[in-house]
Amino acid sequence: MLRKVRSALVFFSGLVIGFVTLLLVLDWNISTRFSDKLLAIRNERHFLRRTDRGGDVATNTSSRILCWIMTGPKYLDSRTRHIRETWAKRCDITLYMSSFPSAFPTVALNVSEGRQNLYWKTIRAFQYIHEKHLDEADWFLKADDDTFVVVENLRFTLSSFDPEEPLYLGRKFAPFIKQGYMSGGAGYVLSREALRRFVKGFETGACSHFSSIEDMALGKCMEAMQVEAADTRDELGRQTFHPYPLERYVVRKPPRERPWHMIYDVYPVFEGPRCCSDYAVSFHYIHGVQLYELHYMTYHLRPYGYKYRFNPTPPGNSTATTTAVSAAKLKL
Amino acid sequence: MIKNQIPAIWAGYKEQFNLTEICICFSLQLRLRTSVNPTKQDIRERRLNRHVSRSHIPSIKMLSEGGSFFKGMFLGGLFCIAISLLINFTTETKSDEHHHHHVKAASKDELKRLSDDQIKELSNQVRVYCVIMVQPKILVYWATAMDTWSKHCDKSVFYTSESSKALEAVDLNEKDDWARLRKALKHAYDNAGDLQWFFIAQPTTFAIIENLKYLVLTKDPKEPFYLGNAMKSGELEYVSYDSGIVLSYEALRRLVDVFEDEDKCPERGRALWKLSDDKQLAECLKYKGVFAENGEDPHGKGLFNSKSIATLISNSMKENPTNVVEGCCSDMAITFSGMSPNQMQVMMFGVYRLRPYGHDFHDLLEFHPPESSDND
Repeated sequence: MLRKVRSALVFFSGLVIGFVTLLLVLDWNISTRFSDKLLAIRNERHFLRRTDRGGDVATNTSSRILCWIMTGPKYLDSRTRHIRETWAKRCDITLYMSSFPSAFPTVALNVSEGRQNLYWKTIRAFQYIHEKHLDEADWFLKADDDTFVVVENLRFTLSSFDPEEPLYLGRKFAPFIKQGYMSGGAGYVLSREALRRFVKGFETGACSHFSSIEDMALGKCMEAMQVEAADTRDELGRQTFHPYPLERYVVRKPPRERPWHMIYDVYPVFEGPRCCSDYAVSFHYIHGVQLYELHYMTYHLRPYGYKYRFNPTPPGNSTATTTAVSAAKLKL
Repeated sequence: MIKNQIPAIWAGYKEQFNLTEICICFSLQLRLRTSVNPTKQDIRERRLNRHVSRSHIPSIKMLSEGGSFFKGMFLGGLFCIAISLLINFTTETKSDEHHHHHVKAASKDELKRLSDDQIKELSNQVRVYCVIMVQPKILVYWATAMDTWSKHCDKSVFYTSESSKALEAVDLNEKDDWARLRKALKHAYDNAGDLQWFFIAQPTTFAIIENLKYLVLTKDPKEPFYLGNAMKSGELEYVSYDSGIVLSYEALRRLVDVFEDEDKCPERGRALWKLSDDKQLAECLKYKGVFAENGEDPHGKGLFNSKSIATLISNSMKENPTNVVEGCCSDMAITFSGMSPNQMQVMMFGVYRLRPYGHDFHDLLEFHPPESSDND
């Protein structure tokens, strides 16, 4: 009798142990397979640097661009660093203008920080560039530390102009200055001759620090020195320099009166897809995540094989092309 | 006989993920152990009884001689099999040469090996039918999808739960999400014409159809493909809905077939097991041997994203501060999700228009802009 009970006990203990062992084996099997699969997928995330860029526009000697970025110690890490990681490398020469020297590297202008000193910073920056780099570039771009610039498109836009002409380019605003002045935030470009005249203006007293509104004051100096405010719209009359982010312009809106952010524009403005050129040059109030987003969409993300609609006339020196383009723009 | 079966079963067990077979082999292993490792008493008895030839006699003798422990273990194993069969939903999985989990886009070298005529034929054949599931409550997204990426589908059809006076769609008049999706897919299958690829999305997703075509260019639509952002929930591998689902013609044909089976793929879903639509889809497809696969570029980066570019960039800024864009997303990404309607309009410009002058890619395929469209 006792023997039967014992053997029954042994039997049931075998049952339980067999069941539990198998359960553990199954659980272990499931979890290792799952983690193995995850590892396999993660390990395949290597990537190669894109090499199929194709040919860049030939950097011939008459389109070297010097970019200078108006910044300060406060924004070096939060903003300017990302500019250095993205578009700044594409300029032929890049300078970061600040009130303090640093290993960033920044050029120290003898000017304090603050909105009221923006024009002083601009004057000192251009004087510095004139002294050190006048012969090293043909075009001189000023940008803010929250401006996104597509340097290739800037080159393309500038290719129809001559750097030895006194020219000043950007997003043209109408008020205060008869010929118009260029928005500071959207970035503007001085030709080499324009830079010479700007510096000369301060030497002779024709230009002075009469206002701290940097873009308008510079526009006044340009006008005084007879530097022409050029038209940078593309063949279809679409803007290339933008003082606000893309979302402000490209979203479709029902027909309405000019919104406040486009009140100053000299040329006719459009809201929706017609606002901006495919070869847009700049957008303002772009920093951090948005800067990388724009960089990704411009230089990386693209629809494979897509035949773009807009194929402008390649840059040439024939006057026939430029007059045809001007004629097209006048119709707008 | 038992001995010969074991290696085959082990091999099968390693390849296929089948509880039943694991239980069987484990129990059989135990059984084998009892028959190949007899006690000393057994050996003596065998020597005495040389006429014994059947392999199971020693085991029976062992069991009867107080091997109640092993008897118990064996029965425990059987009990485990029984329980696993009861809770096991997976069916027989036939070994398919299709049983890999990533589908990569063709690399440039692979494409170069094809002749110009072959490439032209492939790009003419790759045509996508977009199934876009909308509802009046997300009218702005609906309108945005109509105005933006859906124009690049060869055929884009909007399927709605109820009709809207503002926008046109196929009114399925169905409030239940899963039932509606089934109806939409059946309708798409019936109206496919000669379109061989189906892309299922909600209007909260943004898709670049040209890159989708590139991904499936060299894949045969007569094979069952079920692609997207492949995710796992327990044992089920499924394609996430919000980053878009791609089905080949064959996969859709099998799906429409299994819709008829109310047991495997019920229309209303049992109340206890109310799965989300994407998981339900994966379950039904599994019955027909169609498995979820992750869509990737030639370097292994995922092409279907359930997040927005901003979120992905933000994450990349924390993880790869010196290589933010390269570490973020593929150049030929297909979908992003979680963006506002305005951001989708910005995407149209960013993807189809904004580019640096002078970068020519010499792509091997040609896709033309859609007619009467002004934002691309």
